[in-house]
Amino acid sequence: MDVDLFVPCYVDRLAPQVGLATAALLERLGCRVRFDPRQTCCGQPFVTTGAHAEARRLARRHAAVFSGAEAVVCPSASCVATVRHRYADLLDEEVARALAARTFELGEFIVKVLNRSDVGARFPHRVALLESCHGLRELALGWPSERSGRPTHAGVSETLLRSVAGLELCEPARRDECCGFGGAFSVAYPELSARIGRAKLAALAQSGAEFVTGTDASCLLHLDGLRRREGAGPRVLHLAEILASQEPA
Amino acid sequence: MSAALDGRAARLLPRGPRLSAHDAAVFALRAKRDAAARAEPDFERLREQAQQIKAHALDHLDLLLERFEASAQRAGARVHFAADAAELRRVVLELLSQAGARRVVKSKSMLTEECGLNPELERHGIEVVDTDLGERIVQLAHEPPSHIIMPAIHRSRADIGALFERELASPPGDTDPARLTEAARRDLRGRFLAADAAITGANFAVAETGTLVLVTNEGNADLGTSLPRLHVACLGIEKVVPGLADLAVLLRLLARSATGQPISAYTSLLTGPGPGGELHVVLVDNGRTRLLADPRHRSALACIRCGACLNTCPVYRRAGGHAYGWALPGPIGEVLAPALAAGPEAARLPFASTLCGSCSAVCPVKIDLHDQLVAWRAAAPRGWRERWAARLGALALGSGVGYRLAGGLGRALWPLLGRRFAANPLAGWLASRELPPHPGSSFRARFAARARRAEP
Repeated sequence: MDVDLFVPCYVDRLAPQVGLATAALLERLGCRVRFDPRQTCCGQPFVTTGAHAEARRLARRHAAVFSGAEAVVCPSASCVATVRHRYADLLDEEVARALAARTFELGEFIVKVLNRSDVGARFPHRVALLESCHGLRELALGWPSERSGRPTHAGVSETLLRSVAGLELCEPARRDECCGFGGAFSVAYPELSARIGRAKLAALAQSGAEFVTGTDASCLLHLDGLRRREGAGPRVLHLAEILASQEPA
Repeated sequence: MSAALDGRAARLLPRGPRLSAHDAAVFALRAKRDAAARAEPDFERLREQAQQIKAHALDHLDLLLERFEASAQRAGARVHFAADAAELRRVVLELLSQAGARRVVKSKSMLTEECGLNPELERHGIEVVDTDLGERIVQLAHEPPSHIIMPAIHRSRADIGALFERELASPPGDTDPARLTEAARRDLRGRFLAADAAITGANFAVAETGTLVLVTNEGNADLGTSLPRLHVACLGIEKVVPGLADLAVLLRLLARSATGQPISAYTSLLTGPGPGGELHVVLVDNGRTRLLADPRHRSALACIRCGACLNTCPVYRRAGGHAYGWALPGPIGEVLAPALAAGPEAARLPFASTLCGSCSAVCPVKIDLHDQLVAWRAAAPRGWRERWAARLGALALGSGVGYRLAGGLGRALWPLLGRRFAANPLAGWLASRELPPHPGSSFRARFAARARRAEP
């Protein structure tokens, strides 16, 4: 299957290893991976700061870059949620719907499109999952803890992690509470963002995890920034890095 | 530059045991709500129904208000309309002076908080006593409620013990909740008996019967409306629902969402005044019809004030209600502030959210709270700072050339951006976090190099 990588701007610039792991993983799963270097940013930072005109400009650009793609795969739930949920307000309805239908978060693509849960990874460590709020609630990649009723689907990231050889999944308290990043929120409301983040970090550490993983490198960079300032806590790795990993036993 | 709410949170709810206790107390409410929602197999269906009931009521609000007015008057009540907060204060003051009322017992009403009723009455020499325990605590402490159903949730038991010792002469050092409640009860009993009038809010108003619905756990509203001759009920115009069948759906959701109770201890339906009594209903607009005319945001008027969105909000739990600076805190407060509160700060409140979406997931009437926050952000007035940040951002990310230049500049300046100085645009980030390590080359450069290596 031909896959067009949608590598978020901050992954491209600040966490290139996440993009490389994504490409390697998809290739290992038999996909032909392309990366169109005309892509820049999906526009999410402009949507969330209320810069509607700029958001529209970036959305148009993003849609044009990926107009010919068969499947667009992205290692960020929150950028995919922007395309799927916010583009309807920014673009022509048809264009937005068509792009949304073939844009996937990485784990979602593996589980729902490639129909795989065991990707042949090996990572013999204790790992806790940081659920991405946008993945959980806007892409329905899991069952939020506040949601009533019996879960009708398993969490995508969890399903993948449970199939990784040697990996022990830890269960932190308040498993899906927000990490406090929130994009521009983390800069404009630094004290509140850090309060939420430190509590998250403490819960993750308490779970016994050596590593924390998730589908959004942005949330992970925020937690890692706190960890390095505080001097303690589990290290961060993106889900793609763990799934690409084939550490010997 | 950090936002006002951030600084107020740091000041009003300092880091440490007080903050942890606040977070834990509020999260406990969420946990109770989650358990109650899971225990009720029809919960999701009820939410759907409630959403439809409220949407229908808002679509026909003009008719329902007329119908409510007619039914309530038939039942012997008098109905008044107030266009704004000032008019509400004037109407209530007039009703009290006509009756010669000097002592008023109140049961909790977020609307009167929104409209600043208490200070106005006190200015005119009327003694106002809040009779809900939490509300009484914050009244004695001379502060506003910090939560819409748990007004004193920011206060510790020790705080309340000290406050009651000073104000109600409770035994020194006593922090036992039962004895403190007893002290408040003893003080309040005399005030109930001496009151000339009662002021209440209402959770719902039923158009078909002219009934007011009061939901409490302490019975204070019932005692207040039974003892004095005069009862003035103040409510927002959005509280009207068509009939008792609609009420049945909403009541099954309200207490479950608020405290996890299947139903609150007291749910009182008042139709007309009691024997020999006088009942006035003041229906307040205060910006609500303006919001009703806004198709993107009108559904926020469906709110039944359960507080579930506050309890689940990671920001509210770490900020405390007072940091928001107006009567309604949390996600629902942020969604209503731009429409109902005045001033430039109200328009910035929708930015105080991580957009995690948990508020939308718990709302019993399914208001799309976090999506509305996004929409309000686009509608917010923007100063030169915001305009320039957006323009520069779009220059850096909106074209291939800009993206390359900005990337190179970012890499060159990275060591400097990691340092803490006032003019650093990332100062907020650096206040409690390190920047990510120097990224070295970008993904695209490495991917291209990899592709070149792979070529024969």
